Amino acid sequence: MQTFANPEPHYRRPLLRTPFAGRAEPFIQTDAYIQWSGYTTVDVFSSVEQEYFAIRNACSVYDLTPMVKYRIAGPEAERYLNRLVTRNIAKLKPGRVAYTVWCNDAGHVIDDGTVFRLGATEFRLCTAERQLDWLLDSAIGFDVEIAEVTETIAALSLQGPTSCAVLKALGLAGVERLKMFDIGRFDLDGMALTVSRTGFTGDLGYELWMDPVQAGAFWDRLMAAGRPHGIRPIGSAALNMARIEAGFLQINVDFVSAEHTIRTGRDRSPFELGLDWLVDLGKGHFNGRRALLAEQARGPRRRLVGLDIEGNKPADHALLYAEKSGKRQIGTVSSALWSPTCKRNLALAMLDAPYFEKGAEIWAEIYLNRELVWERRMVRAHLTDRPFFAPDRRKAVPAGDR
Amino acid sequence: MAYDCIIVGAGHNGLVCANYLARSGRKVLVLEAADRVGGAAITRDFAPGFRVSACAHLLHQMPQAMIKELDLARHGLSFAATALPTHALALDGRPLRLDARAIGLRSGADGAAYGPFTERLGKFAAALLPALQMVPPRLANGGWSDRLGLVKLGWQIRSLGRTDMRELLRILGMNAYDLLEEQFESDLVKGALGFDAVLGSGFGPRSPGSVLTLLYRLAAQSASGREPLSQPQGGMGAVTDALAAAARAAGVEIRTGAAVARIAVENDKTSGVVLADGAVIAAGTVISNADPRTTFLKLLGTEHLDTGFVRRIDHLRSRGLVAKLHLALDGPPEFTGLDRVGLGGRLLVAPSLDYLERAFNPTKYGEMSEAPALEITVPTVNDPSLAPAGQHVLSALVQYAPYKFAAGWDVGKPRLTDRAIEAIEAYAPGLRRKIIAVETLTPLDIEAEFGMTGGHWHHGELAFDQFFMVRPVPGAAQYRTPVAGLFLCGAGSHPGGGVMGAAGRNAARQILKQAA
Repeated sequence: MQTFANPEPHYRRPLLRTPFAGRAEPFIQTDAYIQWSGYTTVDVFSSVEQEYFAIRNACSVYDLTPMVKYRIAGPEAERYLNRLVTRNIAKLKPGRVAYTVWCNDAGHVIDDGTVFRLGATEFRLCTAERQLDWLLDSAIGFDVEIAEVTETIAALSLQGPTSCAVLKALGLAGVERLKMFDIGRFDLDGMALTVSRTGFTGDLGYELWMDPVQAGAFWDRLMAAGRPHGIRPIGSAALNMARIEAGFLQINVDFVSAEHTIRTGRDRSPFELGLDWLVDLGKGHFNGRRALLAEQARGPRRRLVGLDIEGNKPADHALLYAEKSGKRQIGTVSSALWSPTCKRNLALAMLDAPYFEKGAEIWAEIYLNRELVWERRMVRAHLTDRPFFAPDRRKAVPAGDR
Repeated sequence: MAYDCIIVGAGHNGLVCANYLARSGRKVLVLEAADRVGGAAITRDFAPGFRVSACAHLLHQMPQAMIKELDLARHGLSFAATALPTHALALDGRPLRLDARAIGLRSGADGAAYGPFTERLGKFAAALLPALQMVPPRLANGGWSDRLGLVKLGWQIRSLGRTDMRELLRILGMNAYDLLEEQFESDLVKGALGFDAVLGSGFGPRSPGSVLTLLYRLAAQSASGREPLSQPQGGMGAVTDALAAAARAAGVEIRTGAAVARIAVENDKTSGVVLADGAVIAAGTVISNADPRTTFLKLLGTEHLDTGFVRRIDHLRSRGLVAKLHLALDGPPEFTGLDRVGLGGRLLVAPSLDYLERAFNPTKYGEMSEAPALEITVPTVNDPSLAPAGQHVLSALVQYAPYKFAAGWDVGKPRLTDRAIEAIEAYAPGLRRKIIAVETLTPLDIEAEFGMTGGHWHHGELAFDQFFMVRPVPGAAQYRTPVAGLFLCGAGSHPGGGVMGAAGRNAARQILKQAA
């Protein structure tokens, strides 16, 4: 596979540019850039609201290239991954993707990501943070090869109700038959394109994987095909709104990697993050299993939950209390949003035991800055199921194409 | 199930552990890959008619109490000699016997210093001694017994009195070079004591932690009795033969030539072992006398362990730096100025601290010592049964020879042999003419013959970061392992190597406690 060559020496431009950067430039109006895994990426192209509504009402394009990617291959790749992650990878069929977390010895989450099973003995692991050291040390005793392939694969995320229509207009015959978490391979006039029905928005959507050399030309074709379907490049700010509605966790926002925490008690187990469904304690040994068994026997100390907060003021970083007087602090909000689609005031929050049980009384302390004057509000918060937003089109097969 | 416990490896620690478990009513099976028991404490042929203790060659650390408790005398252990003297060989032809009187005749100041110095170190060693004989406490997540253990150790140190406690805390982290430089003036004395600090370790007298190993050696020796250096009749194999006989008498079954290929795990618990020939033997408890790396990475398999733990095992420093030289001699070697009693004892070639440090330097770069330091014994002086009549065996520990010799040991071995013989001949003129046969074991050979990773006697360097509560690594430092039913009993565990048996006995104690 060819590596996308950055045109300038690294010391002139310490942040990498993705192979789509040149193509995205004409769409940028705000110069709102952020760093992501060593790349310059766009936070907002022009208007976060318009970009958000492209996700929910039309079709959004998000440059996914900086997502850290590893190729894991070899006769024992399946056994290796099964020891590494909490889910049962033996059950993951070739051509399928699984969302999972992985833990350290203490059963605390190091990172979350997706495992792509590309074949019987070949996988791709997409992670939020760099993991090579942990992955290599995990490979001791396994016949498996691990390579960082982030720069050798360019990726776009195409999300929104018209995303399938755009891909069909592009000529990807049969793409509508992909089920959620399926991987499809397409030939686009000689260009190999891998499509997975995955995403971070909780909506109908696809992720497109390709050789970086072909990235620019592909962008042009995609934008041309998508124009009648309302296609629009989006930045990370709009995506973050959609991911909160979908109830997905964001590392360093909703939890800190156990490899990076310094203070005791800041690590989080999958149970604490409300990810019980990702943990298969019956599949045999995996990293952290013994600690998780002990935690299960002991019962959780805290739990990440979804909250519906009264009023319409987003509860960013709000402290949570057991009573209106604010005497006993029982947790904190990690992500918050007034949801434009749900018309609800949503939050992801970590609550201490036993306040994450249904029926607990929870109050959120919200601070409002009103022309430099701070006001404090104590408002009721109610436990609510996640995802907050889960339209049927997300799962429909064949996927809707208009 | 036919067996309660399977012990992998019939080294001295495995056999000691088997003895104590069987005495408490456990049905024990010991499996040994070699065709004889003993591990690194064996006596074997190395030339027709010549026998030698192939790895360890003196007994100085096994507690008298253990020898009595296991009734090893009744099971065949006797001594060809005890209370062996140590002589520091000198190029001027006047070997120095290491005791206060002899040293005083050479240097008044050193003679006066030697007694108080060894006495004080002995006192420190005695204070640390209980720590060698206990299961190390856990630092995190410990229970009351762990805290009690720490308190006891703290009390032992505190009860030395203010002056001695301060002195212990002062010297504990020092290097042997600095400590000996401030205590003594003659090179020969400093060299000999410095040698004890680094013997069997992967460092030189100026390396940090070398006072710790000196204290460790003294503590282990003081545990074994007042006159520790002794030579078993028939070589070191006699010790393990007696341990095996005692074990069998206690009901232990021992199979030799039975190599364990893998430790079997079912439902996250050991279920027995699988032999190299495919045979499966079931037992709820498996105890490994093998080194930690072999145990976890080869026999158990990393799929049963967490990455963080495997990482610690993988980082365990275990590169041997000691080679072994065996000479078959036509007649006794003639060390200038040494009498027959001296010849039957322990001889050191470590004429100064700088000599030792210079010997150590090249090993940092994968080279062997130009002039190695040596511990020499001529076991046939006290035990003529080891060689044909009138002929002799010389057995020497040669330090330093790096495990990873840069040019490869195929090339290096003849040079190593030559340098070792040359170093001895400097003190025993005419040695070369008497040599009938030579055997040299590089750390690579020691690894292959005795199954010790890196050819390291201690199954892992003895240093602060791999000592006591963190030996071999956190998560396996109490003889238990992350896998239920799997225990360690070898030198890789606290307190470490040397033919001591403490690890085996501590492990048995922990296993019995676990089951109770």
